[in-house]
Parts: sequence; structure tokens; C-alpha cells
Amino acid sequence: MRIFWILWKREVASAFQTPMAWVILFFLLLVTGFNFYAGVSVLNHGPTEVTVVESFFNTVFFWFSFLLLFPLLTMRLYSEEYRSGTIEPLMTAPVRDTQVVLAKFLGVLFLYAFLWMPTGLYFLIFWWQTHLTSAGAIGAFVGSYLLLLLMGMFYLSLGCFCSSLTRHQITAAVITFAVIALFFLTGLLSFLAGHVDPMMQGITITFSPIDQMTQFSRGIFDTRPVVWYLVMTGLFLFLTLQSFQARRWRS
Amino acid sequence: MISVQGLTKNYGATDAVRDLSFSVDRGEVVGFLGPNGAGKSTTMKILSGYLPADAGEVRIAGFDILSQSLKARSRIGYLPENVPLYPEMRVGEYLRYRAALKGVRSRRITEKVEDALELCSISHVRNQLIGTLSKGYRQRVGLADALVNEPDILILDEPTIGLDPGQIREVRELIKGLAKRHTILLSSHILSEVEMTCSRVLIINKGQIVATGTPAELRERSGITLSGSVRMEIQTADRANSEAVLAILQSLEEVASASLAEGIPSSTTSTSSWTRYEIIPSLSSSSSGDPRPALFEEAVRRGWKLRELSAHESSLEEIFTSFVDRIPGTPKGKTPTKELTKL
Repeated sequence: MRIFWILWKREVASAFQTPMAWVILFFLLLVTGFNFYAGVSVLNHGPTEVTVVESFFNTVFFWFSFLLLFPLLTMRLYSEEYRSGTIEPLMTAPVRDTQVVLAKFLGVLFLYAFLWMPTGLYFLIFWWQTHLTSAGAIGAFVGSYLLLLLMGMFYLSLGCFCSSLTRHQITAAVITFAVIALFFLTGLLSFLAGHVDPMMQGITITFSPIDQMTQFSRGIFDTRPVVWYLVMTGLFLFLTLQSFQARRWRS
Repeated sequence: MISVQGLTKNYGATDAVRDLSFSVDRGEVVGFLGPNGAGKSTTMKILSGYLPADAGEVRIAGFDILSQSLKARSRIGYLPENVPLYPEMRVGEYLRYRAALKGVRSRRITEKVEDALELCSISHVRNQLIGTLSKGYRQRVGLADALVNEPDILILDEPTIGLDPGQIREVRELIKGLAKRHTILLSSHILSEVEMTCSRVLIINKGQIVATGTPAELRERSGITLSGSVRMEIQTADRANSEAVLAILQSLEEVASASLAEGIPSSTTSTSSWTRYEIIPSLSSSSSGDPRPALFEEAVRRGWKLRELSAHESSLEEIFTSFVDRIPGTPKGKTPTKELTKL
């Protein structure tokens, strides 16, 4: 456990010691800030059906920055260690493969959570300025951020896996983005076929972050996505471990 | 401390290491010598637990490197080739991280890191980013990392590669100092280095050990100890041409062959017909391989002026070459025959 924390600390520290985390944070806040502004300014044109929280988590700006986040966050995790060779001193120290895989995953998950944290301020400011909550109920906040975390876990574990496959960061980023885009676009199928076939809708909603976010940001809690994301995270972490170990056997 | 039995590792179709066996005892400083691509780094990666072997057994301080990997790894300080380090970390910070990772107790970390910094004389760059360090300093940070938890065994892969002569000397001194407290296995393709720092040498070529012993033993075993060439610089009274002199020299019983010394500029005044000859002693003679008395007598008899008559002891370089050249193809598991090498 001690070893895990040492590794985790280094992962987090290294993310903030390189400009990467700060650059991502800057642009993420820029885009989400604009996104929030857009959501609020809609209110100027009279009453709407959706709350500020709902609109915040369901715009093209939000999804665009959301999808781009994962390749950027995960691409260096393993690839950089392979390329620079630091994997060698790391793995010749008395550490277990599982400790490394978990530390890297939870390290980047922490970074991910940290990046979204300032967005909570938007809603606080809204409340402070207008004395109105930006959502119907507290559950909408909890739901939105919970789903954000769950989706993050899945896509980050997927990014970890892609990074563990190659020593080239760019390759890792491209594969990560392609696979995430695939999942995301599969989810979009529900917009095409969903209204026709309820069975199809049942399947595609599992893949559809947009549908899920629509529900969760209204405060509607659905266990299916929760289970789906947890299982997929576990699966990809397992695959990461396998690929990480296999690499040492191959090379 | 280190015992290796029948170690084999191949990358695809090429054998990197083939049926390698050796052992290193406590307190020894063993040099692992071989040309580039001989399998040195591969062997060291296997010993340090980074790569698994295809076959064979490695025991570190009694622990199997595969089944008791963590215990074995915690007894090794490993300096990888080219010293990969995290460029974004500071020297002190990196060593603290490594010490913690290697299981040094929290309250002893500061002390151990200070010791390592001191020992490798990098205390003054402790707050510098590793990415900004020169190669020599990076090397020393790598060394400090290897010994920060005071492991029993140090495995150093090419510890002086890429350093300038001053730094090489410093690192060598450092290694000599470490030899008192650690068992050391270091690899190199520079022979003089191994000769200076190591008590025992393993010569490896094409993934196999071709010779082992102290530098002196190897010299003897290579069969070129006394047959190291003799250099003779003379001026003939009658200004006889060098072909004639060579013929005379070669006619001597003690001389196997004679040639004009190449590569050495015939000193100061080349016009004054001082000529240098390189003489390979004949081993079949009864003169115990030293032809110098006979050469001297010959010079006196012919009235040659003699300016230099020296036998130069064969360096490890030549010994090494002689061992490596003995296995032209890929004879499996065959120890080199003890034939004498004609240079």
C-alpha cells in the first residue's frame, strides 16, 4: 500500500510538473466557461424547459472538450516511460505490476477530477448572483458529476490500455480517440433508430453518454450505466495489466 | 551473491544470450566485458529482474529472480544503460522518491539520500531539474539511485559510457570506493576500465562466456603473455635496407616473425635511418619466449646501434581480441580451445 501511494504521488506530481496539466486546465476552463455563459444567456430570452445544469452538460462544447480530454490525459502514461526507458528503473525497483497500473490509473483519475472541480464554481457563482439554484434539485448536481466521474473512469482506463500498447504517445492518443469516438458514435445511433425500436433503444442507451447525461443531469438515476462503466473500467484495467506484463515478456 | 545457470534469451530468431552460466561471490567486483551486441545488457536486464529469461535460472542473494522477484529486486541496485531518469523531477526529489520506492523507511530517507548525494558528489545540484543536467551528472544521479537503499549488489550497465575523461576517472574512483561495501557486476566494452576496477573479468561474445578469470589469469590463458611483441629500434652501420635487416631478424631461432613497426612514427629524425621493427617471438624456442637477449647479441654482433629494445606486455585488449576471435561461427556450448594465437 505504501508503494502504491509513492507511485500515485509521483504520477500526480509529474502531471503538474509538466505544462500539460495546466494547458489542458486552461483550455478546458475556457471552453466550459464559454459553455456556461451560453447556458445562462439562454435564460435572457425568456423561460426555458431545461435547467442551467442540464444545458451545461449537454452542449457540443461540453462533449467536444470532454472527448478530447482523454487522449491528452492518458497518452503519456506508459508510452513516455517506454520511450524514455524510465520503465526500466521503475520495474527493477521492488514494485508489483498491479501497483504501477493502479497508481497510474488513479493518478490520472485524480487529475481528471481536479480538472472538472473548478466547473462547480460556475454553479456556485450562479447561485450567489441570482439566489436561484441552477438545477431542479441537488440530485441533478450529484448525478451529473457522478456520471462525469464514471465516464471518466471508463475512458481513462481505455486510454491507459492504449498507452500501454505503444511507445509512441501520438499513436496511443489516436487509438484512444478513435475507440472513444466509436463508443460515442454508437451511442448516437439511438437518435436514428431509438424512436423506432424500443429494444434498440435499450441497447444503445448503454453506449450513449448523451442520453445518459440527459437523464443524470435531470437527477434521474439509472443503475445500468453505472454497472456498465464500472465493469468496463475493470475490464480495461485488467487488459492494461496484461498488456503491461506482456510487453516485458516480448521485448 | 549472484548465480546464473544456463541463461538463455532470444529476441525473435536471434539469440541474445545462449546458455550462460556464472556466479559472483560476495565482495567481488566482476567486469562483464564484450563487444557491442554481445549480450551484456540483456544479461544485466535479466539479472535485475526487468526481462524474464527464456530458459535458465538466476538467483540473487539466494532468491529466484522470477518467483521471488520482489525480494531479489530489493537487493539490487541497477544502473541501466543510458540512465533513463524523469526529466521533470529535481535531483533530491527523485532520490527521495526512489529511496521510498525501494522500501527505505520514511525517517531514514533523508539520511540515506544525503549519503548518496555526498558519495556521488552531487549535493550541489540537488535542487536542479534532472532534465537540465549534463550527461556526467545524470550518470551520477543514476549511480546515486542505484545505491540509495544500500543494496548488497550493484549491477552497473556501462557506467562510464558517454563521459569525458575526467568524469570517467571520477566514476571509476567511485566504483572502487563502492567495492568495499557492495558486490559489483559492471559491464563495459572498454578494457582498460575493467582492468582497473575489477577483480575478475567475464568475457562474453555472441551471448556466451568465452573466458573468465582475473586480468592476469586471462593474460596467461590467452597464450600471448610472453609472446607480446618486442619493439626494437636500430640504426644499421652500413645503412642496410630494412628488407635485409628483416631477413636477418627472421633467421634468428627466437624470432617467429619480424616486421616494420607500423603506426608509430619512426621517432624524431626519420632521415637518420633509425628504423623500428616489431618482433613476434617464436614460442617453440627454448628461450622462454623472450627474444630480447638474442636480439641484443645480434645487434652487437652486426654493429647496429640500438636505441630501443622493449617488450610490451599484451594489454587486455589483445587478450580480448584473441578470445573473441577464437569462435568464428557459433559453436554451441564449446569452450574455446587453448590454442596459441599467432598475431
